[in-house]
Amino acid sequence: MKKGKRNSMLTSTQMILLYVIIVFCIIVGLRQPAFFSVATVINIARAAIFSACFALCEMIVIISGGIDVSFPAIGCVAMYVPMYLIDKGMGSQSAWFCFGVAILIGLGFGLFNSILIAVLDIPPLIATLATSSIASGGAVTIFGSHDYTSLPEGLQKIYNTNLITYVDPNTGFSYVLNILVLVPIIASIIVAFLLKRTMLGRGLYAIGGAKHAARVAGLNVRGLQFFAYIFSGAFTGLTAMIYTTLMKSARISALMGDEMIIIAACVIGGVRITGGHGTVSGTLLGVLLITLVQNSLNMLGIPTSWQRFVVGIIILLGTILTSWQTKRSLKAEKA
Amino acid sequence: MANEVFLKLEGIKKSFGGVHALRGVDLEIRKGEIHCLAGENGCGKSTLIKAISGVHDVDEGKIWIEGEQVEHLHPIDAINRGVQVIYQDFAIFPNLTVAENIALNGEVKDRTKLVSWKRIHQVAEAAMEQVGARMDPDMLLEQLPVAGKQMVAICRAIINDAKLLILDEPTTALTEPEVERLFQVIRSLKDKGIAIMIVNHKLDEIYKIADRLTILRNGSFVSTGLISEYDTQRFTRDLTGHEFESKKYVPENAGEEIFRVEHLTLPGKFEDVSFAINKGDVLGITGLLGSGRGELGEALFGVTPAQSGKIFLNGEEIRIKSIDDALNNRIGYVPEDRLTQGLFMDRSIEDNTVVSSIRNYFHGLKLNESEMEEATNRWIGELSIAAPSPKPPVRTLSGGNAQKVVIAKWLNTEPRLFILNGPTVGVDIGAKAEIHAILRGLAAQGIGIIIISDDLPELFTNCNKIVVMRQGKVGVITDNSVDNIEL
Repeated sequence: MKKGKRNSMLTSTQMILLYVIIVFCIIVGLRQPAFFSVATVINIARAAIFSACFALCEMIVIISGGIDVSFPAIGCVAMYVPMYLIDKGMGSQSAWFCFGVAILIGLGFGLFNSILIAVLDIPPLIATLATSSIASGGAVTIFGSHDYTSLPEGLQKIYNTNLITYVDPNTGFSYVLNILVLVPIIASIIVAFLLKRTMLGRGLYAIGGAKHAARVAGLNVRGLQFFAYIFSGAFTGLTAMIYTTLMKSARISALMGDEMIIIAACVIGGVRITGGHGTVSGTLLGVLLITLVQNSLNMLGIPTSWQRFVVGIIILLGTILTSWQTKRSLKAEKA
Repeated sequence: MANEVFLKLEGIKKSFGGVHALRGVDLEIRKGEIHCLAGENGCGKSTLIKAISGVHDVDEGKIWIEGEQVEHLHPIDAINRGVQVIYQDFAIFPNLTVAENIALNGEVKDRTKLVSWKRIHQVAEAAMEQVGARMDPDMLLEQLPVAGKQMVAICRAIINDAKLLILDEPTTALTEPEVERLFQVIRSLKDKGIAIMIVNHKLDEIYKIADRLTILRNGSFVSTGLISEYDTQRFTRDLTGHEFESKKYVPENAGEEIFRVEHLTLPGKFEDVSFAINKGDVLGITGLLGSGRGELGEALFGVTPAQSGKIFLNGEEIRIKSIDDALNNRIGYVPEDRLTQGLFMDRSIEDNTVVSSIRNYFHGLKLNESEMEEATNRWIGELSIAAPSPKPPVRTLSGGNAQKVVIAKWLNTEPRLFILNGPTVGVDIGAKAEIHAILRGLAAQGIGIIIISDDLPELFTNCNKIVVMRQGKVGVITDNSVDNIEL
């Protein structure tokens, strides 16, 4: 029995993902020895910051039995409005203001989503599609579509605060990792604790696995759904402001179209699209794999135009892996 | 202790918008007894359970729990007083572990904020110990067979201090050994002084497990008593309100051979199977699970064809290598699991009836709707399917009527050989008798009938030839003059 458990640990979704990531790195490294460097690690980490945050939001929603395709639109509004207000002289230059407004906007749209889904019983995909359209369409109409490229003082300060600065001894280039990389790290720890160690988290799994049974057990199904979408919305607002800070840019359509790649990262990481299954570690590995592919394909000599194609193949393989894992575990029991 | 009454109901009435679901039901359940509640589909069993568990408030009548009269029972009151119901869907979480499924309700009830996995394991281990179930607490529920899920549901129920455990048709989806196992667990709970109420209408199982029995019909109380006071005759009479003659089937005028198989073999499943069916014969195939009885049926219908051997239909050798071959030779097959394999539950009776003979209704590119409706109406009449019209979806029918629709579907293809795998599983006793009568009638018309079943009494009354499969081989072929066969 002990052996069986270890065996299943070695072939869990996370471990297989890890193998794939290692093999991928080795292949890239063989072609381009420069790949194995501190610089790469910093580059990948920097590129994965937003994806990791968005994926955590999406994971919580999917675990609860829903789906959220509105976070890019919510994020865009959340990053744009504070910049707009500052530009029009209606806001302060402090980081507290920028992040505060962004989080409030995200929270508001999250509340809107949860009312549509938990109270009006609209299917999550439809509800969040509608929210997405309303948010981005409404924002463009009301606030226009300017491209803000200069940061207010508060954000500029954060932009200048680096956690790690690395100067490549050969090339003399310096690579920096912003302090904001701590956000996804801390958030991952909090979300992992929440999901594994609190009744709130277990409740999310419960409603995602069997809504009816959850109701019978006395769980507050509606309340849990509210939590999932509001948390996701607020955290999306926060992440959007991180994006603006690091990219020095706030555009009303900056994130549009990101939902599929984030959902894909979750699914590759073992989050079951039908709800009730998923872990922080798996999701982070999914994000890592997709980020690696997006950032290192050119090192393999594969033109960047193939990126989407390769990502598609990985999504397919990842999904097959998950369903194969499920089938195998079901079969193992029958035997 | 054994005679102390736990629950007493008197004159319970409940109606839903003019439909009287319960018309005055009395029930008495004593501590430490196993009480069976029997009744045909729609007799009010589920409504009664919901009244006891506080889901439905009753219109009239009195309820006492442990001698105390309760009014307007709420679900949470019922639970606090120790009433636990295990519904057919178990209300479990497929994505959570055994331990968590067992412990979750308690955690919710205690309004726990932080989860202690150690406590969850302790609670689960204690419950499994008490029930006598042995399961890996870290296993996900979706990986467990139905019987395992049921054990988890039972464990969960008893940790909430159950004094009365109600099980709604607990044996429907279980295999024979699993039923035995369940009964052991139920008996051990009874020994601990827990009152058990089981909803069931399989007489053989009731005899095995119950101390007392209450029968309902059409929402009314019919009779109650010790199990020893009921024989098959009384049981069926009380249940259905009719007398059923259980005359053994003897073909009236045995005719020439219709169907014959010789040395049929599918390695690993069955080998060297030979038998013949003459006009008027109803052939039974039985055997334990894994004896090859099901596989043999599927082979004759081409689902998983036999690898060698010969098949003759009306004296001509035929090849059955696919379902298409079987259909072309006008062989019909009613699968064991009609819900997923035999019916389109959300489509109408008419759609289901004509689906296998749809080609007959094409006139050019257009379907002749009135002909389809006419055919369906004819079968509704001939098989007495309880439906107002051909239009309602099959999902709205009871088990017995749904099974008749499957039969109608095949009869509409004018089969020469008709194979039925477990034709009356989950069908109540009245409809069961009707289906048997239909099959006898078909045999008399010269259609070869094969019934695959592990319900021996069913085979003894309806089949004049019985093939007993043992480990893939034909153990014995007998007629129905016997009263028991060793499987």
